[in-house]
Amino acid sequence: MTQTSPFTRRLRNGAWRVVELITTPVVPADYLDVIAPLRNPTVLRARIEAVRPETTDAVTLELRPGRGWEPHQPGQYVRLGVDVEGVRLWRAYSVTSAADRRDGRFTVTVNAVRDGVVSGHLLRHARKGMLVHLDLPAGDFVLTSPRPARTLFVTAGSGITPVMGMLRSALPELGDVVVVHSARTPEAVVFGAELRELAAQGRIRLIERHTGADGRLKPAALADLVPDLFERETWACGPGDMLDDLQEHWADAGAAERLHVERFRPTVLVAGDGGTVTFEKSGLVVDVAAGATVLDAAEAAGQLMKSGCRMGICFKCVLPMREGIVRDVRDGKLTTATEVDGDNVLIQTCISTAAGPCRLDA
Amino acid sequence: MTTLQRKEVNPIAHLSPEDIEQLGRELDAIRDEILAVRGEKDARYIRRMIAVQRRLELGSRAVLLFSVFPPAWVLGTIGLSISKILENMEIGHNILHGQYDFMRDPKIHSTTWEWDSASPAEQWKHSHNELHHKYTNVVGRDNDLGYGIMRVDEQQKWAPAHLGQPFYNFVNACFFEYGIAAYDLELGRNLRTKKRRNNPEFRARARQVLHKIRRQVTRDYVVHPALALPVGFAVGNPLGALFGTMAANFVANLVRNLWSHSVIMCGHFPNGVETFERTSITGETRGEWYLRQMLGSANISGSKLMHIMTGNLSHQIEHHLFPDLPASRYAEVAPKVRALFERYQLKYVTGPLVFQVASAWAKVFRLALPNRKPAREIDHSIPPRHPAEVAA
Repeated sequence: MTQTSPFTRRLRNGAWRVVELITTPVVPADYLDVIAPLRNPTVLRARIEAVRPETTDAVTLELRPGRGWEPHQPGQYVRLGVDVEGVRLWRAYSVTSAADRRDGRFTVTVNAVRDGVVSGHLLRHARKGMLVHLDLPAGDFVLTSPRPARTLFVTAGSGITPVMGMLRSALPELGDVVVVHSARTPEAVVFGAELRELAAQGRIRLIERHTGADGRLKPAALADLVPDLFERETWACGPGDMLDDLQEHWADAGAAERLHVERFRPTVLVAGDGGTVTFEKSGLVVDVAAGATVLDAAEAAGQLMKSGCRMGICFKCVLPMREGIVRDVRDGKLTTATEVDGDNVLIQTCISTAAGPCRLDA
Repeated sequence: MTTLQRKEVNPIAHLSPEDIEQLGRELDAIRDEILAVRGEKDARYIRRMIAVQRRLELGSRAVLLFSVFPPAWVLGTIGLSISKILENMEIGHNILHGQYDFMRDPKIHSTTWEWDSASPAEQWKHSHNELHHKYTNVVGRDNDLGYGIMRVDEQQKWAPAHLGQPFYNFVNACFFEYGIAAYDLELGRNLRTKKRRNNPEFRARARQVLHKIRRQVTRDYVVHPALALPVGFAVGNPLGALFGTMAANFVANLVRNLWSHSVIMCGHFPNGVETFERTSITGETRGEWYLRQMLGSANISGSKLMHIMTGNLSHQIEHHLFPDLPASRYAEVAPKVRALFERYQLKYVTGPLVFQVASAWAKVFRLALPNRKPAREIDHSIPPRHPAEVAA
């Protein structure tokens, strides 16, 4: 890389300031967005380049990330921001492709979630050419270095997705690999053909459990299938209760540090009446009764709040909701936020009442 | 409870408090209908509008690089004028109202948007969304009534300075964006005493405005004219190019200012629009608030293009009833709102642009002079009060 002289740098900065003046009050990238949305240096996006169905309930999206993307480690997830009915909703998906692909693309595999707004939308409407918003890869559910000599993967349902990313990236580096995967039926096994092919080649030992016919796999039964399980470095991903059971089992055996788990957080929140609102910055915790607004309750408890018209028309009181569910007192409309939404869910505190526990960034 | 200004005829004498609350519920139902369908169509609309405006602006600016040639000057100036109007009216005003906050797009959000107007978004949102939309047409609370420099209601006290108001109004129209910035800063009030002048909060806000104005002026009158110089030199007329582009920017700003001023005057000043007493909007019910918005606003009739160019403020009545619904939906709710006006025997003030502008200007001229006869004492409370209450 060539070294830029201070003079060149100053010249470049000066020229950039002129460009910024040309586009004031918005920034140059906003104009760039109209022409080349993937070139924006401040907003990370990706274009869907291919859509491949895996099972009747799962689809793989091949994504070409825009400027600012950084490669992932096998096992990590990305947050995708998808516009559903005009509203941007964020969800986390494990990267299922091998790391460091030459073409710079990666894939995620979306599994249908019951009442899942985003998964349902992507399953039905994802098309080549569509843009999605993106965040950098994250998560510590990754392979350890140096690679373990013996490895066990315990997965269920969509829990196979991060593990598939690991297998595709690093299988040659892993010595002895056992995959224990549960799905309702043989057809419901995501990546079933590929996994069975790997098993046929003798590169992994695959144990499929079809819970529709055989019932759920208990941790105790795992020892019969994989006798040396506590000597293996183990990665597990699946429903919360399965992971709870496994963690307890491994802890009882004194092997807790050999078990790595990834939990998919539920994104479907259930609305109730009233709830506890936590203000993360001030530490204040307020009980908001059904019908009372977050603004009134917080003010009564001594929280310093931004406020304006107090009737829902001026948008001066908005605060980011990190997690939770609120109801509009005017029309009953629900707004939900989960951790994967980031800071993108702003609620009007003057017309919102809690419909469950909420955490606000204030 | 709201109190109307004393007019010869009380337009709501026939309504009972129950009628007014029922009216409020019916308007809530109209709002719910739109909320139920608000979504992808609205998101697509505003994104397309932004893309159109940005392309138009870039295109016009590109054409103005050749401003030394008269046809390019004319074309570029027209394009830039339209772009500036769209940017302020259909895009900026509506996004800053939070109409598109539902999209959760941090780029198109009332808390992050900035517009090509001298008033910084944050300050404008306070004076417009919070004060004007809440206290619509309440004399003494809603400074939009005459912008603090004009007398636009018989009940406002006349002073000799009002003789000049047709002139002030014209100057304000030409430099409307600066008028709004001054108004958002409450410049008149804040410059009056030394204490207010030195208030750090006021000074900080004034600095923000000056900073923004400086950037806009540099853009329109220095950077873009300078970019036209190469072509100017090439044809041996650099000054023509420089001043040509400066003039184009000036005209575009002027056109945008005159247009937005006219549209906004039509919103609350034409004949038939009611104003309200300062005394008692405390304890105003939702129904009464709705009713005040209905009586205090006026529409402009016209084509779809006209509605877009006014940022749908041609549907001022619908906008005041539902300021947070996407403006492109107002045309859809207008027939339902109008039917409610008829059913409740209220006057839906509307008319073509030229007619409404003339009506508003006539008022500015008429009220430059003192009232010919004192207004009669009639009780005009909302809801109407029982005669016994009035006596007490």
